[in-house]
Amino acid sequence: MSEFLQQLLNGLSLGAIYALIALGYTMVYGVLRFINFAHADVFMVGSFIGYYAGKLVPEGTLWGGFSVLLAAMLGCALLGMSIERLAYRPLRGSPTLNVLITAIGVSLLLEYSGQVFFGAAPRTFPPIFPSQNFQFGSLTLSSNQIAVIVVAALLMLALQFIVHRTKIGTAMRAVSLNPRAAQLVGINNDVVISFTFGLGSALAGAGGILYAMNYPSIDPLMGVMPGLKAFVAAILGGIGNIRGAALGGLLLGTVETFVSGSQWSTYKDAIAFGILIIILLFRPAGLLGKFTVEKV
Amino acid sequence: MLSVTDLHVSYGAINALSGISFTIEQGAIVTLIGGNGAGKTTTLRTISGLLRAKTGTVTFLGEDISATAAHQIVARGLCHVPEGRMVFSNLSVDENLAMGAYLQTDAARNARNRDYVFTIFPRLKERLRQTAGTLSGGVQQMLAIGRALMGNPKFLMLDEPSLGIAPRLISTIFEKIVEINRERGITILLVEQNANLALEVSSYAFALETGRIVMHGDSKKLRADPQLKAAYLGG
Repeated sequence: MSEFLQQLLNGLSLGAIYALIALGYTMVYGVLRFINFAHADVFMVGSFIGYYAGKLVPEGTLWGGFSVLLAAMLGCALLGMSIERLAYRPLRGSPTLNVLITAIGVSLLLEYSGQVFFGAAPRTFPPIFPSQNFQFGSLTLSSNQIAVIVVAALLMLALQFIVHRTKIGTAMRAVSLNPRAAQLVGINNDVVISFTFGLGSALAGAGGILYAMNYPSIDPLMGVMPGLKAFVAAILGGIGNIRGAALGGLLLGTVETFVSGSQWSTYKDAIAFGILIIILLFRPAGLLGKFTVEKV
Repeated sequence: MLSVTDLHVSYGAINALSGISFTIEQGAIVTLIGGNGAGKTTTLRTISGLLRAKTGTVTFLGEDISATAAHQIVARGLCHVPEGRMVFSNLSVDENLAMGAYLQTDAARNARNRDYVFTIFPRLKERLRQTAGTLSGGVQQMLAIGRALMGNPKFLMLDEPSLGIAPRLISTIFEKIVEINRERGITILLVEQNANLALEVSSYAFALETGRIVMHGDSKKLRADPQLKAAYLGG
């Protein structure tokens, strides 16, 4: 029983990171109907911003940790908005495939520029937050795990608030439902799309910090696997559906943790893609998605 | 108030509009009638900036808006209620109306416009929290018109407001369209396949056929015109 709870906690903290990344995929899909493959590398850049920013503040302090988190979120928001402005906006109106290929190009550009600037060798992420282990009976909870779950939960609540209670958030939903009608009420779709990239990338930046806190070896290709997993999580929850992405992330992280804790641990990566295949076969719209026929 | 000069619009190699020109005076209700594929919707979309003309100009309140972005055209007081209503289906009635006032910063005026929308369409007030996609076609049309009114328009374009709506609601909606024109002084350009209805509420009409204006005149006169009767009014 206690092992079950322990694994559940581990799973939820991994899942919370997947969820943060998945939200960016799903929001961008919502407004532009394509998968931004460069998103995983924005997550990586988030970790590196954290690595360098971490050198500027004292290790193991709350204010230091939160400043690093904030720096990574802001840096990634700017990066995401620049990517959209420079790479995707010029392709507005061209077929989705062109944009998709461009996204893969941007992804490779970030990965290999990362190797040029940061070097290909892994680096050790500094312990930016105070670190302590808490013992509850036989359960061990590290302060990093708590930070992951608390920060992720707060960010998701903030996102929920922005999307449902603010004007720009409502405009995001309007653009995602009907970009033409959105223009006709006076929404500048470009501004909303840019905002969406900023928001999604900030979450990826936070994800990069939280991930590096728990897996403190970072390198320019580190985004690939978590990025793919988060993409699966977004599909699992229903691509375009914000709550779905959060649910998909938590679910996938939990399943993966349980598998890696079992005798089939070598299949822990295969399970994510197995889930992808199964969901695409039996429920392509995802758990919370609605099946819609593409209309012209 | 609005004039369109020699507008040519094409989709790829296909010409949708082959040089149409017309002028609409302030305060009028003017209608564009014509069959499927005549170019009515294309005309409205070009005016509101969703489509770009190959050649020709659109002038609104004395300024050329042919190259202006759609959201900036709305800011000038030209609102377009699109074909098929296009309400934001997952948003509530309330949120749809709020989006209609996206560019409007005068809170007092927004409140007045909202009250006005509820006066002409009381059903919207009853359904404020309901998701727009679950409303009937007629109520969605009311919402689409209400949303446009929240943008404080001087000029309102309506594309097929009778399409897919229960017959008893059609007359209500057309009464309200006339009311909006009279009470608020909003100039209206109405596109309709139901030519009878359109000619009844409008003062002037243009008949489109394959991207050209083939006939125009006072709506009353056109209703009596034998040629038009044969083409659009079922003999």
